[in-house]
Amino acid sequence: MMTAVLRVVDLEKSFLKGDKRVVALQGLNLDVEEGTFLTVLGRSGCGKSTMLNMMAGLLSPTSGRIEFRGRPVTGPNRDLAYLTQHDTLMPWRDLQHNIEMPLEVRGVGRAERAAVASELIERVGLGGFEKHYPRELSGGMRRRAGLARMLSAQPDTYLLDEPFGALDAQLRAELQADLLRLWYGSGKTVVFITHDLEEALLLGDRLIVLGPVGRVLLDQRIDLPRPRDLDQIRLEPNFVKLHKVTADALRAGSVQREEGAA
Amino acid sequence: MNAMTDRTADLTTPGDRRAAGPLEVPADRSWMERHGRTLWISLARLGLLVLALALWQLASGRLVDPLFISRPSEIGTQLRSWLSDGTLTSNTWLTVQEILLGFALGASSGLVAGFFLAIVKVLGDVLDPYMIAFYSIPKVALAPLFIIWFGIDIKMKVLLSAATVFFLVYLNTAAGVRSVDRGLIDAVRLMGGSRRQMIVKVLVPGAMPGVITGLRVGVPYALIGAVVGELVASNRGLGYLMLDSASQFNTAGVFAALVVITIIAGILNLGVNLLQRRSSRWQARPGE
Repeated sequence: MMTAVLRVVDLEKSFLKGDKRVVALQGLNLDVEEGTFLTVLGRSGCGKSTMLNMMAGLLSPTSGRIEFRGRPVTGPNRDLAYLTQHDTLMPWRDLQHNIEMPLEVRGVGRAERAAVASELIERVGLGGFEKHYPRELSGGMRRRAGLARMLSAQPDTYLLDEPFGALDAQLRAELQADLLRLWYGSGKTVVFITHDLEEALLLGDRLIVLGPVGRVLLDQRIDLPRPRDLDQIRLEPNFVKLHKVTADALRAGSVQREEGAA
Repeated sequence: MNAMTDRTADLTTPGDRRAAGPLEVPADRSWMERHGRTLWISLARLGLLVLALALWQLASGRLVDPLFISRPSEIGTQLRSWLSDGTLTSNTWLTVQEILLGFALGASSGLVAGFFLAIVKVLGDVLDPYMIAFYSIPKVALAPLFIIWFGIDIKMKVLLSAATVFFLVYLNTAAGVRSVDRGLIDAVRLMGGSRRQMIVKVLVPGAMPGVITGLRVGVPYALIGAVVGELVASNRGLGYLMLDSASQFNTAGVFAALVVITIIAGILNLGVNLLQRRSSRWQARPGE
Protein backbone atom coordinates (compact mmCIF):
# COMPACT_ATOMS: atom_id res chain seq x y z
CA MET A 1 0.00 0.00 0.00
CA MET A 2 1.55 3.28 -1.13
CA THR A 3 1.09 6.47 0.83
CA ALA A 4 0.17 9.84 -0.59
CA VAL A 5 2.99 12.37 -0.49
CA LEU A 6 0.79 15.15 -1.75
CA ARG A 7 -2.91 15.23 -1.11
CA VAL A 8 -5.19 17.81 -2.69
CA VAL A 9 -8.57 18.16 -1.00
CA ASP A 10 -11.52 20.15 -2.45
CA LEU A 11 -9.11 22.72 -3.74
CA GLU A 12 -10.42 26.01 -4.99
CA LYS A 13 -8.54 29.07 -6.14
CA SER A 14 -9.99 32.28 -7.48
CA PHE A 15 -8.41 35.63 -8.21
CA LEU A 16 -9.96 39.06 -7.88
CA LYS A 17 -9.94 41.01 -11.10
CA GLY A 18 -11.56 44.39 -10.66
CA ASP A 19 -14.95 43.61 -9.15
CA LYS A 20 -15.02 40.11 -10.64
CA ARG A 21 -13.88 36.86 -9.19
CA VAL A 22 -12.09 34.64 -11.69
CA VAL A 23 -12.16 30.98 -10.72
CA ALA A 24 -9.01 29.17 -11.79
CA LEU A 25 -9.59 25.89 -9.98
CA GLN A 26 -12.61 24.35 -8.35
CA GLY A 27 -13.30 21.14 -6.48
CA LEU A 28 -9.99 19.47 -7.27
CA ASN A 29 -9.15 16.25 -5.43
CA LEU A 30 -5.94 14.40 -6.05
CA ASP A 31 -3.56 12.05 -4.25
CA VAL A 32 0.02 11.74 -5.43
CA GLU A 33 1.64 8.50 -4.27
CA GLU A 34 5.21 8.20 -3.05
CA GLY A 35 7.68 7.49 -5.83
CA THR A 36 5.23 8.15 -8.65
CA PHE A 37 6.02 10.14 -11.77
CA LEU A 38 2.74 11.94 -12.27
CA THR A 39 2.20 13.91 -15.45
CA VAL A 40 -0.54 16.52 -15.58
CA LEU A 41 -1.79 17.36 -19.03
CA GLY A 42 -4.07 20.23 -19.88
CA ARG A 43 -4.57 23.09 -22.28
CA SER A 44 -3.35 26.50 -21.27
CA GLY A 45 -5.61 28.18 -18.77
CA CYS A 46 -6.89 25.00 -17.15
CA GLY A 47 -5.32 25.95 -13.82
CA LYS A 48 -2.47 23.44 -13.82
CA SER A 49 0.22 26.02 -13.03
CA THR A 50 -1.99 27.49 -10.33
CA MET A 51 -2.25 24.03 -8.79
CA LEU A 52 1.53 23.62 -8.86
CA ASN A 53 2.10 27.07 -7.36
CA MET A 54 -0.14 26.07 -4.47
CA MET A 55 1.63 22.73 -4.03
CA ALA A 56 4.91 24.65 -3.88
CA GLY A 57 3.48 27.01 -1.29
CA LEU A 58 3.82 30.16 -3.41
CA LEU A 59 0.06 30.67 -3.47
CA SER A 60 -2.51 29.84 -0.86
CA PRO A 61 -5.84 28.21 -1.75
CA THR A 62 -9.07 30.18 -1.60
CA SER A 63 -10.67 27.14 -0.02
CA GLY A 64 -9.79 23.48 0.43
CA ARG A 65 -6.25 22.43 1.23
CA ILE A 66 -3.09 20.76 0.10
CA GLU A 67 -1.21 18.42 2.38
CA PHE A 68 2.41 17.45 2.01
CA ARG A 69 3.24 14.34 4.03
CA GLY A 70 0.14 14.86 6.13
CA ARG A 71 0.81 18.52 6.92
CA PRO A 72 -1.02 21.41 5.27
CA VAL A 73 1.18 23.42 2.90
CA THR A 74 1.42 26.99 4.18
CA GLY A 75 4.58 28.21 2.49
CA PRO A 76 7.63 27.06 0.54
CA ASN A 77 9.06 23.81 1.79
CA ARG A 78 12.64 22.61 1.37
CA ASP A 79 11.58 19.03 0.70
CA LEU A 80 9.74 20.18 -2.39
CA ALA A 81 11.73 21.53 -5.32
CA TYR A 82 10.06 23.47 -8.09
CA LEU A 83 11.34 23.99 -11.61
CA THR A 84 9.35 26.79 -13.16
CA GLN A 85 8.45 27.39 -16.76
CA HIS A 86 10.89 30.27 -17.06
CA ASP A 87 14.53 30.40 -16.12
CA THR A 88 15.12 31.65 -12.64
CA LEU A 89 18.88 31.32 -12.60
CA MET A 90 20.48 34.35 -10.99
CA PRO A 91 22.02 36.29 -13.90
CA TRP A 92 24.83 37.61 -11.69
CA ARG A 93 26.00 34.19 -10.55
CA ASP A 94 28.04 31.86 -12.68
CA LEU A 95 26.83 28.31 -13.26
CA GLN A 96 28.71 26.86 -10.30
CA HIS A 97 27.34 29.42 -7.87
CA ASN A 98 23.82 29.16 -9.22
CA ILE A 99 23.80 25.45 -8.55
CA GLU A 100 25.29 25.94 -5.10
CA MET A 101 22.62 28.45 -4.18
CA PRO A 102 20.03 26.19 -2.53
CA LEU A 103 22.81 24.77 -0.35
CA GLU A 104 24.14 28.23 0.43
CA VAL A 105 20.67 29.32 1.54
CA ARG A 106 20.50 26.48 4.04
CA GLY A 107 23.99 27.18 5.33
CA VAL A 108 25.99 24.27 3.92
CA GLY A 109 29.77 24.86 4.07
CA ARG A 110 31.75 26.08 1.09
CA ALA A 111 33.69 22.90 0.40
CA GLU A 112 30.68 20.62 0.52
CA ARG A 113 28.67 23.00 -1.67
CA ALA A 114 31.37 23.04 -4.29
CA ALA A 115 31.64 19.26 -4.27
CA VAL A 116 27.90 18.70 -4.69
CA ALA A 117 27.65 21.30 -7.44
CA SER A 118 30.62 19.93 -9.39
CA GLU A 119 29.17 16.46 -9.33
CA LEU A 120 25.77 17.69 -10.51
CA ILE A 121 27.29 19.80 -13.27
CA GLU A 122 28.92 16.66 -14.61
CA ARG A 123 25.72 14.67 -14.27
CA VAL A 124 23.70 17.12 -16.36
CA GLY A 125 26.48 17.35 -18.94
CA LEU A 126 27.63 20.90 -18.32
CA GLY A 127 31.21 20.16 -17.28
CA GLY A 128 33.57 22.94 -18.40
CA PHE A 129 30.94 25.67 -18.12
CA GLU A 130 31.28 26.26 -14.37
CA LYS A 131 32.45 29.85 -14.77
CA HIS A 132 29.88 30.84 -17.39
CA TYR A 133 27.09 33.25 -16.59
CA PRO A 134 23.51 32.30 -17.57
CA ARG A 135 23.46 34.74 -20.48
CA GLU A 136 26.49 32.98 -21.88
CA LEU A 137 24.65 29.64 -21.96
CA SER A 138 22.17 28.44 -24.56
CA GLY A 139 18.51 27.84 -23.70
CA GLY A 140 19.02 24.09 -23.36
CA MET A 141 22.05 24.56 -21.15
CA ARG A 142 20.13 26.91 -18.89
CA ARG A 143 17.40 24.28 -18.53
CA ARG A 144 20.04 21.70 -17.60
CA ALA A 145 21.42 24.17 -15.09
CA GLY A 146 17.92 24.62 -13.69
CA LEU A 147 17.60 20.86 -13.31
CA ALA A 148 20.95 20.67 -11.56
CA ARG A 149 20.00 23.46 -9.19
CA MET A 150 16.77 21.69 -8.37
CA LEU A 151 18.65 18.46 -7.69
CA SER A 152 21.22 20.20 -5.49
CA ALA A 153 18.47 21.06 -3.02
CA GLN A 154 18.13 17.28 -2.48
CA PRO A 155 14.36 17.35 -2.13
CA ASP A 156 12.24 14.23 -2.14
CA THR A 157 9.52 15.65 -4.37
CA TYR A 158 9.95 17.51 -7.63
CA LEU A 159 7.42 19.85 -9.18
CA LEU A 160 8.07 20.71 -12.82
CA ASP A 161 5.99 23.21 -14.76
CA GLU A 162 6.34 22.73 -18.52
CA PRO A 163 10.09 22.73 -18.09
CA PHE A 164 10.91 21.89 -21.71
CA GLY A 165 8.08 23.79 -23.39
CA ALA A 166 10.26 26.47 -24.95
CA LEU A 167 12.91 24.16 -26.42
CA ASP A 168 13.23 22.78 -29.91
CA ALA A 169 12.03 19.20 -30.46
CA GLN A 170 15.48 17.61 -30.53
CA LEU A 171 16.64 19.31 -27.37
CA ARG A 172 13.39 18.50 -25.64
CA ALA A 173 13.88 14.81 -26.41
CA GLU A 174 17.42 14.98 -25.01
CA LEU A 175 16.30 16.66 -21.83
CA GLN A 176 13.38 14.28 -21.37
CA ALA A 177 15.85 11.40 -21.54
CA ASP A 178 18.12 13.23 -19.09
CA LEU A 179 15.30 13.76 -16.66
CA LEU A 180 14.28 10.09 -16.77
CA ARG A 181 17.90 9.01 -16.33
CA LEU A 182 18.33 11.29 -13.31
CA TRP A 183 15.05 10.26 -11.77
CA TYR A 184 14.93 6.53 -12.54
CA GLY A 185 15.59 4.44 -9.49
CA SER A 186 15.78 7.45 -7.17
CA GLY A 187 12.36 6.71 -5.64
CA LYS A 188 11.49 10.42 -5.73
CA THR A 189 8.01 11.72 -6.41
CA VAL A 190 7.50 13.90 -9.47
CA VAL A 191 4.62 16.10 -10.55
CA PHE A 192 5.27 17.14 -14.12
CA ILE A 193 3.01 19.59 -15.92
CA THR A 194 2.86 19.75 -19.68
CA HIS A 195 0.57 20.64 -22.55
CA ASP A 196 2.29 18.10 -24.80
CA LEU A 197 0.36 14.82 -24.95
CA GLU A 198 3.34 12.72 -26.07
CA GLU A 199 5.58 14.13 -23.37
CA ALA A 200 2.96 13.28 -20.76
CA LEU A 201 2.80 9.68 -21.92
CA LEU A 202 6.53 9.20 -22.44
CA LEU A 203 7.52 10.31 -18.97
CA GLY A 204 4.77 9.42 -16.56
CA ASP A 205 3.61 6.44 -14.49
CA ARG A 206 0.25 8.07 -14.15
CA LEU A 207 -1.41 10.71 -16.27
CA ILE A 208 -4.07 13.18 -15.29
CA VAL A 209 -5.88 15.27 -17.86
CA LEU A 210 -7.26 18.51 -16.48
CA GLY A 211 -10.15 20.31 -18.12
CA PRO A 212 -11.56 23.78 -17.48
CA VAL A 213 -11.27 24.98 -13.84
CA GLY A 214 -9.16 21.95 -13.07
CA ARG A 215 -11.78 19.27 -13.53
CA VAL A 216 -10.14 15.84 -13.83
CA LEU A 217 -11.09 14.49 -17.27
CA LEU A 218 -8.94 11.40 -17.15
CA ASP A 219 -6.87 9.63 -14.54
CA GLN A 220 -4.88 6.96 -16.31
CA ARG A 221 -2.12 4.59 -15.28
CA ILE A 222 0.62 4.42 -17.91
CA ASP A 223 1.79 0.82 -17.80
CA LEU A 224 4.72 1.13 -20.13
CA PRO A 225 7.96 -0.64 -19.16
CA ARG A 226 10.87 1.21 -17.55
CA PRO A 227 13.58 2.23 -18.20
CA ARG A 228 12.08 3.69 -21.32
CA ASP A 229 13.69 4.28 -24.65
CA LEU A 230 11.84 7.33 -25.83
CA ASP A 231 12.31 6.53 -29.52
CA GLN A 232 11.19 2.93 -29.30
CA ILE A 233 8.27 3.35 -26.96
CA ARG A 234 6.22 5.42 -29.38
CA LEU A 235 5.85 2.30 -31.54
CA GLU A 236 4.41 0.09 -28.80
CA PRO A 237 0.74 -0.83 -29.31
CA ASN A 238 0.04 0.12 -25.71
CA PHE A 239 1.45 3.62 -26.28
CA VAL A 240 -0.72 4.07 -29.35
CA LYS A 241 -3.79 2.97 -27.42
CA LEU A 242 -3.04 5.35 -24.50
CA HIS A 243 -2.42 8.14 -26.96
CA LYS A 244 -5.90 7.68 -28.39
CA VAL A 245 -7.61 7.50 -24.98
CA THR A 246 -5.87 10.68 -23.84
CA ALA A 247 -6.54 12.59 -27.03
CA ASP A 248 -10.22 11.67 -26.75
CA ALA A 249 -10.34 12.92 -23.17
CA LEU A 250 -8.70 16.23 -24.15
CA ARG A 251 -11.16 16.65 -27.00
CA ALA A 252 -14.13 15.90 -24.79
CA GLY A 253 -12.87 18.53 -22.36
CA SER A 254 -12.68 21.21 -25.00
CA VAL A 255 -16.16 20.36 -26.32
CA GLN A 256 -17.52 20.77 -22.82
CA ARG A 257 -15.78 24.08 -22.50
CA GLU A 258 -17.34 25.38 -25.69
CA GLU A 259 -20.76 24.24 -24.56
CA GLY A 260 -20.18 25.92 -21.23
CA ALA A 261 -19.24 29.15 -22.95
CA ALA A 262 -22.27 29.13 -25.26
CA MET B 1 17.82 -1.16 -24.96
CA ASN B 2 21.17 -0.70 -26.63
CA ALA B 3 20.17 2.63 -28.05
CA MET B 4 19.29 3.82 -24.58
CA THR B 5 22.63 3.08 -22.99
CA ASP B 6 24.40 4.68 -25.95
CA ARG B 7 22.46 7.85 -25.51
CA THR B 8 23.09 7.96 -21.78
CA ALA B 9 26.80 7.54 -22.33
CA ASP B 10 26.74 10.27 -24.94
CA LEU B 11 25.49 12.84 -22.50
CA THR B 12 28.57 12.76 -20.38
CA THR B 13 31.15 12.82 -23.17
CA PRO B 14 32.72 16.14 -24.10
CA GLY B 15 31.63 15.69 -27.71
CA ASP B 16 28.04 16.26 -26.74
CA ARG B 17 28.81 19.52 -25.03
CA ARG B 18 30.50 21.03 -28.00
CA ALA B 19 27.42 20.36 -30.05
CA ALA B 20 25.40 22.35 -27.52
CA GLY B 21 27.09 25.73 -27.97
CA PRO B 22 28.58 27.82 -30.77
CA LEU B 23 32.03 26.85 -31.97
CA GLU B 24 34.92 29.09 -30.91
CA VAL B 25 38.07 29.25 -33.00
CA PRO B 26 41.08 31.55 -32.52
CA ALA B 27 41.01 34.44 -34.97
CA ASP B 28 44.39 35.31 -36.44
CA ARG B 29 44.50 39.09 -36.50
CA SER B 30 47.44 41.48 -36.47
CA TRP B 31 47.85 44.28 -33.94
CA MET B 32 46.72 46.88 -36.47
CA GLU B 33 43.63 44.86 -37.39
CA ARG B 34 42.63 44.63 -33.78
CA HIS B 35 43.47 48.12 -32.56
CA GLY B 36 43.61 50.09 -35.81
CA ARG B 37 40.21 51.69 -35.44
CA THR B 38 40.73 52.67 -31.81
CA LEU B 39 44.07 54.24 -32.69
CA TRP B 40 42.61 56.12 -35.61
CA ILE B 41 39.75 57.48 -33.52
CA SER B 42 42.13 58.63 -30.78
CA LEU B 43 44.34 60.43 -33.28
CA ALA B 44 41.34 62.10 -34.86
CA ARG B 45 40.16 63.31 -31.45
CA LEU B 46 43.56 64.74 -30.63
CA GLY B 47 43.77 66.38 -34.06
CA LEU B 48 40.39 68.02 -33.59
CA LEU B 49 41.45 69.47 -30.24
CA VAL B 50 44.68 70.90 -31.66
CA LEU B 51 42.80 72.34 -34.62
CA ALA B 52 40.19 74.00 -32.41
CA LEU B 53 42.86 75.52 -30.15
CA ALA B 54 44.79 76.80 -33.17
CA LEU B 55 41.68 78.39 -34.70
CA TRP B 56 40.84 79.96 -31.34
CA GLN B 57 44.33 81.39 -31.02
CA LEU B 58 44.20 82.80 -34.57
CA ALA B 59 40.69 84.21 -34.33
CA SER B 60 41.35 86.00 -31.06
CA GLY B 61 42.31 89.63 -31.67
CA ARG B 62 41.78 89.28 -35.43
CA LEU B 63 38.10 88.30 -35.69
CA VAL B 64 36.84 88.54 -32.10
CA ASP B 65 37.76 90.86 -29.26
CA PRO B 66 40.01 88.95 -26.80
CA LEU B 67 37.95 90.44 -23.97
CA PHE B 68 35.21 88.00 -24.95
CA ILE B 69 37.10 84.86 -25.83
CA SER B 70 40.61 85.42 -24.45
CA ARG B 71 43.11 83.08 -26.15
CA PRO B 72 44.62 79.67 -25.32
CA SER B 73 48.10 81.05 -24.72
CA GLU B 74 46.80 83.56 -22.17
CA ILE B 75 44.78 80.88 -20.44
CA GLY B 76 47.97 78.82 -20.19
CA THR B 77 49.82 81.79 -18.71
CA GLN B 78 47.01 82.36 -16.21
CA LEU B 79 47.06 78.70 -15.16
CA ARG B 80 50.85 78.80 -14.69
CA SER B 81 50.68 81.91 -12.55
CA TRP B 82 47.88 80.48 -10.40
CA LEU B 83 49.86 77.30 -10.08
CA SER B 84 53.01 79.10 -8.97
CA ASP B 85 51.30 81.23 -6.30
CA GLY B 86 49.29 78.28 -4.93
CA THR B 87 45.89 79.73 -5.85
CA LEU B 88 45.09 76.87 -8.17
CA THR B 89 45.97 74.03 -5.83
CA SER B 90 44.14 75.33 -2.78
CA ASN B 91 40.97 76.28 -4.65
CA THR B 92 40.90 73.08 -6.72
CA TRP B 93 41.42 70.98 -3.61
CA LEU B 94 38.51 72.69 -1.91
CA THR B 95 36.19 72.10 -4.85
CA VAL B 96 37.33 68.47 -5.15
CA GLN B 97 36.60 67.97 -1.47
CA GLU B 98 33.13 69.42 -1.90
CA ILE B 99 32.46 67.14 -4.86
CA LEU B 100 33.71 64.00 -3.15
CA LEU B 101 31.99 64.66 0.16
CA GLY B 102 28.79 65.73 -1.55
CA PHE B 103 28.81 62.66 -3.75
CA ALA B 104 29.58 60.29 -0.89
CA LEU B 105 26.87 61.76 1.31
CA GLY B 106 24.24 61.98 -1.43
CA ALA B 107 24.99 58.57 -2.92
CA SER B 108 25.05 56.69 0.39
CA SER B 109 21.82 58.24 1.64
CA GLY B 110 20.23 57.73 -1.79
CA LEU B 111 21.24 54.07 -1.74
CA VAL B 112 19.86 53.45 1.73
CA ALA B 113 16.62 55.30 0.97
CA GLY B 114 16.24 53.60 -2.41
CA PHE B 115 16.58 50.09 -1.01
CA PHE B 116 14.54 50.81 2.08
CA LEU B 117 11.60 52.43 0.33
CA ALA B 118 11.55 49.87 -2.48
CA ILE B 119 11.56 46.99 0.02
CA VAL B 120 9.05 48.51 2.43
CA LYS B 121 6.69 49.01 -0.46
CA VAL B 122 3.85 50.75 1.39
CA LEU B 123 6.15 53.49 2.63
CA GLY B 124 7.63 53.89 -0.84
CA ASP B 125 4.17 54.24 -2.39
CA VAL B 126 3.18 56.88 0.16
CA LEU B 127 6.35 58.93 -0.27
CA ASP B 128 6.70 58.56 -4.02
CA PRO B 129 4.87 61.73 -5.17
CA TYR B 130 6.77 63.85 -2.62
CA MET B 131 10.09 62.42 -3.71
CA ILE B 132 9.27 63.21 -7.33
CA ALA B 133 8.22 66.74 -6.33
CA PHE B 134 11.48 67.36 -4.46
CA TYR B 135 13.41 65.82 -7.30
CA SER B 136 11.79 68.27 -9.72
CA ILE B 137 12.91 71.36 -7.79
CA PRO B 138 16.02 72.79 -9.45
CA LYS B 139 18.58 72.35 -6.71
CA VAL B 140 20.04 75.80 -7.45
CA ALA B 141 16.77 77.17 -6.11
CA LEU B 142 17.62 75.62 -2.75
CA ALA B 143 20.89 77.56 -2.50
CA PRO B 144 19.44 80.65 -0.76
CA LEU B 145 17.79 78.41 1.82
CA PHE B 146 20.98 76.42 2.31
CA ILE B 147 22.91 79.66 2.87
CA ILE B 148 20.49 80.61 5.66
CA TRP B 149 20.73 77.14 7.19
CA PHE B 150 24.39 76.32 6.78
CA GLY B 151 26.24 79.57 6.06
CA ILE B 152 28.55 80.03 3.11
CA ASP B 153 31.40 77.70 3.98
CA ILE B 154 32.10 74.22 2.63
CA LYS B 155 29.13 72.66 4.46
CA MET B 156 26.65 74.48 2.24
CA LYS B 157 28.30 73.30 -1.00
CA VAL B 158 28.63 69.74 0.20
CA LEU B 159 24.97 69.63 1.12
CA LEU B 160 23.82 71.27 -2.10
CA SER B 161 25.83 68.74 -4.05
CA ALA B 162 24.54 65.88 -1.87
CA ALA B 163 20.92 66.99 -2.33
CA THR B 164 21.34 66.78 -6.09
CA VAL B 165 23.03 63.39 -6.04
CA PHE B 166 20.63 61.94 -3.49
CA PHE B 167 17.57 62.05 -5.72
CA LEU B 168 19.34 60.62 -8.74
CA VAL B 169 20.74 57.69 -6.78
CA TYR B 170 17.52 57.19 -4.84
CA LEU B 171 15.27 57.09 -7.91
CA ASN B 172 17.53 54.79 -9.91
CA THR B 173 18.15 52.45 -6.98
CA ALA B 174 14.44 52.16 -6.24
CA ALA B 175 13.72 51.53 -9.92
CA GLY B 176 16.47 48.89 -9.92
CA VAL B 177 14.99 47.08 -6.93
CA ARG B 178 11.51 47.20 -8.43
CA SER B 179 12.75 45.80 -11.73
CA VAL B 180 14.11 42.63 -10.13
CA ASP B 181 12.38 39.64 -11.72
CA ARG B 182 9.60 38.30 -9.48
CA GLY B 183 10.59 34.79 -10.54
CA LEU B 184 14.03 35.19 -8.96
CA ILE B 185 12.49 36.30 -5.68
CA ASP B 186 10.18 33.28 -5.72
CA ALA B 187 13.16 31.07 -6.53
CA VAL B 188 14.85 32.04 -3.27
CA ARG B 189 11.63 31.62 -1.33
CA LEU B 190 11.34 28.13 -2.82
CA MET B 191 14.85 27.34 -1.64
CA GLY B 192 13.61 28.14 1.84
CA GLY B 193 15.45 31.46 1.99
CA SER B 194 14.64 33.98 4.70
CA ARG B 195 13.63 37.55 3.97
CA ARG B 196 17.15 38.70 4.75
CA GLN B 197 18.60 36.17 2.32
CA MET B 198 16.13 37.28 -0.32
CA ILE B 199 17.34 40.86 0.07
CA VAL B 200 21.05 40.07 0.21
CA LYS B 201 21.14 37.39 -2.47
CA VAL B 202 18.57 38.68 -4.94
CA LEU B 203 17.43 42.26 -4.45
CA VAL B 204 20.86 43.78 -3.89
CA PRO B 205 22.67 42.15 -6.82
CA GLY B 206 19.55 42.43 -8.99
CA ALA B 207 19.31 46.16 -8.37
CA MET B 208 22.98 46.75 -9.21
CA PRO B 209 22.41 47.94 -12.79
CA GLY B 210 20.03 50.60 -11.45
CA VAL B 211 22.41 51.55 -8.65
CA ILE B 212 25.28 51.96 -11.08
CA THR B 213 23.18 54.04 -13.43
CA GLY B 214 22.27 56.28 -10.49
CA LEU B 215 25.89 56.66 -9.43
CA ARG B 216 27.01 57.33 -12.97
CA VAL B 217 24.38 59.98 -13.57
CA GLY B 218 25.06 61.43 -10.13
CA VAL B 219 28.78 62.10 -10.57
CA PRO B 220 28.52 65.12 -12.90
CA TYR B 221 25.73 66.49 -10.72
CA ALA B 222 27.97 66.38 -7.66
CA LEU B 223 30.31 68.67 -9.57
CA ILE B 224 27.45 70.92 -10.68
CA GLY B 225 26.13 71.18 -7.13
CA ALA B 226 29.53 72.15 -5.74
CA VAL B 227 30.32 74.71 -8.43
CA VAL B 228 26.86 76.26 -8.36
CA GLY B 229 27.15 76.54 -4.59
CA GLU B 230 30.43 78.39 -5.01
CA LEU B 231 28.98 80.67 -7.66
CA VAL B 232 26.08 81.63 -5.43
CA ALA B 233 28.07 82.47 -2.34
CA SER B 234 31.67 81.82 -1.43
CA ASN B 235 35.13 83.21 -1.01
CA ARG B 236 37.09 80.15 -2.12
CA GLY B 237 36.93 77.33 -4.68
CA LEU B 238 36.99 77.10 -8.47
CA GLY B 239 33.53 78.64 -8.81
CA TYR B 240 34.67 81.61 -6.74
CA LEU B 241 37.83 81.89 -8.83
CA MET B 242 35.69 82.03 -11.96
CA LEU B 243 33.34 84.62 -10.52
CA ASP B 244 36.20 86.73 -9.18
CA SER B 245 38.01 86.69 -12.54
CA ALA B 246 34.80 87.67 -14.34
CA SER B 247 34.25 90.62 -12.04
CA GLN B 248 37.71 91.90 -13.03
CA PHE B 249 37.03 91.26 -16.73
CA ASN B 250 39.80 88.66 -16.65
CA THR B 251 38.38 86.35 -19.34
CA ALA B 252 41.49 84.17 -19.33
CA GLY B 253 40.89 83.52 -15.64
CA VAL B 254 37.30 82.43 -16.26
CA PHE B 255 38.44 80.03 -18.96
CA ALA B 256 41.30 78.76 -16.83
CA ALA B 257 38.85 77.81 -14.07
CA LEU B 258 36.58 76.18 -16.64
CA VAL B 259 39.50 74.13 -17.96
CA VAL B 260 40.23 72.82 -14.48
CA ILE B 261 36.55 72.00 -13.90
CA THR B 262 36.43 70.15 -17.23
CA ILE B 263 39.51 68.14 -16.29
CA ILE B 264 37.94 67.18 -12.96
CA ALA B 265 34.75 66.13 -14.76
CA GLY B 266 36.79 64.00 -17.17
CA ILE B 267 38.62 62.23 -14.36
CA LEU B 268 35.36 61.57 -12.52
CA ASN B 269 33.77 60.08 -15.63
CA LEU B 270 36.78 57.87 -16.15
CA GLY B 271 36.37 56.53 -12.62
CA VAL B 272 32.68 55.85 -13.18
CA ASN B 273 33.36 53.94 -16.39
CA LEU B 274 35.87 51.73 -14.59
CA LEU B 275 33.32 51.02 -11.87
CA GLN B 276 30.74 50.08 -14.48
CA ARG B 277 33.04 47.82 -16.45
CA ARG B 278 34.04 45.86 -13.37
CA SER B 279 30.52 45.08 -12.27
CA SER B 280 28.75 44.30 -15.50
CA ARG B 281 30.20 41.06 -16.80
CA TRP B 282 26.95 39.21 -16.21
CA GLN B 283 24.92 41.78 -18.09
CA ALA B 284 24.55 41.73 -21.84
CA ARG B 285 26.61 44.43 -23.44
CA PRO B 286 25.34 46.35 -26.45
CA GLY B 287 25.85 44.38 -29.63
CA GLU B 288 25.39 40.97 -28.06
